[in-house]
Amino acid sequence: MEYVVEIIDLSKDYETGFWRKKRVRALDGLSLNVRGGQIFGFLGGNGAGKTTTIKLLMSLIFPTEGSAKILGSDISDVQMHSRIGYCPENPYFYDYLTAIELMDHFGRLFGYDAAKRRLRTEELLTSVGLQEKDWKKQLRKYSKGMLQRVGLAQSLINEPEIVFMDEPMSGLDPVGRREIRELIAGLREKGVTIFMSTHILSDIEALCDEVAILRNGKLAANGNLSDLLASSGEERVLEVSVQGIRADAIREAVEFIAGASIISKPNGANIQILDETDIDAVLKITREAGGSLTSIQPVKQSLEELFVKETTGA
Amino acid sequence: MANESARLPSRILTISRNAFREAVRDRILYNLILFVLLITASAIFLSELSAGQESRVIVNLGLSVLLIFGTFISIFVGVSLVWKEIEKRTVYSIFSKPIGRGEFIIGKYIGLCLTLLVNVAIMGVGVSLALLYVGNASLAGKIWPAVLLIFFELTIVTAVAIMFSSFSTPALSALLTFFVFIIGNFSTSLCELAQGMNSTVARGVFEGIYYLLPNLSHFSFITETSNGMMPPASMVGGSILYAVVYDIILLTITVLVFTRRNFK
Repeated sequence: MEYVVEIIDLSKDYETGFWRKKRVRALDGLSLNVRGGQIFGFLGGNGAGKTTTIKLLMSLIFPTEGSAKILGSDISDVQMHSRIGYCPENPYFYDYLTAIELMDHFGRLFGYDAAKRRLRTEELLTSVGLQEKDWKKQLRKYSKGMLQRVGLAQSLINEPEIVFMDEPMSGLDPVGRREIRELIAGLREKGVTIFMSTHILSDIEALCDEVAILRNGKLAANGNLSDLLASSGEERVLEVSVQGIRADAIREAVEFIAGASIISKPNGANIQILDETDIDAVLKITREAGGSLTSIQPVKQSLEELFVKETTGA
Repeated sequence: MANESARLPSRILTISRNAFREAVRDRILYNLILFVLLITASAIFLSELSAGQESRVIVNLGLSVLLIFGTFISIFVGVSLVWKEIEKRTVYSIFSKPIGRGEFIIGKYIGLCLTLLVNVAIMGVGVSLALLYVGNASLAGKIWPAVLLIFFELTIVTAVAIMFSSFSTPALSALLTFFVFIIGNFSTSLCELAQGMNSTVARGVFEGIYYLLPNLSHFSFITETSNGMMPPASMVGGSILYAVVYDIILLTITVLVFTRRNFK
């Protein structure tokens, strides 16, 4: 099976107001396919429809229009949930339970015997970096980061084929984020598909194979991350770094080149040009002013720029 | 990769087990301490004061308090049972597991009924011990059919509370359940009132309420028990059957409402 998640024209309206109810469209005709064995980044600004999509996929809410399948089964098929995992945003659990009891409770729902429940619990709580001394504390005494780790552990109790993670790094410190990033990358190595919504762009860059970006409930961009970054720049930019001169000394000559711009830096300047054929002209200007070349490199559009562009339409 | 899930009864029992554990850890059963103190005190004082009537008073007082405490637990725990799961978003992780919404409701209901059963049984033991203290061993055994009927009455009150809470706020659900409890206990009077009415419309309304709401007077045998009477087996069996059928109807409505609910 090529696609593990197939979303077809999925829409969700919410009703707001008490007396005269208004319908607000949170998700608008989303169609999306996710291939297996990869980490899929699901991006978008606040209120773009990310959490709504994940809740629809988990059958926590019901679509107004459209349909979706996970692992070939319709999202209304509860038995399909034995093959998936879900880590909600800011996970909330029964706070009167300890981490061990919670994992045991979920293990029972999958019909695991006591030995398997104990084994999975110990394996998972260790792998998410929860210290053993905290395993028998009630969850009401946990910090946000500790709850996040428990949330990740419970989403993996059944050795799922695909895991949906809504902001999995939320509440974690930098060390914790790094640990969880390694855990997620390790899951991919085992063939598990990760469908991850996050605002943390460095995590997306470090982990994701493909991304989809939502804007106002609609799909704004979708595809391989590096392709999206390469294709979305309107113009390919080259940056020529020079040293030994002041930017002001050559500014007038550089700006005479069509589309070129110059930015001052300590003991030199960065000159951006749009066309490779302008490199010679820049070098000539630099040498005549007594400077020398440091480097020439293409300027990659950052994920942040792509995110801002696709989520705001700017 | 796993493709496993527990069998349906096992999934329901897992939910029930956790609901019972929640009630215990939320100190729901602490009401028993108050009850035991009350019954012990009344047994000691009444044996001094009410010449020859102490057993009757202990049964009347004990079983009435048992019914009131049980009703409070049924209403207040019942209305928050499902609402709390939605408010605290614990349903998010539950429903991402292979658990149907119907199984969840039935599991939570059974869990609360189990809590009530433990509660009612311990209170019943308290009343029996008080009767033994005042030297009425035969009445100490005779109270148990009445205790059983109270338990089944409470299963209906719990089912009503859960049904209202599936589409309403806890406060409104508690109020509505309380009304059902009051009207349900005066069902026979309501029927007699309806039959004595001249207006066809008013009679229709009162008869409608009589047939729609549970007739909880089927479960009332406290006064008779205090007089040393035992309910006939047919009455106990009929009342239990009535409760089971009524519970199934209410839970079916609850499940139908709950399966269509969006968890925003």
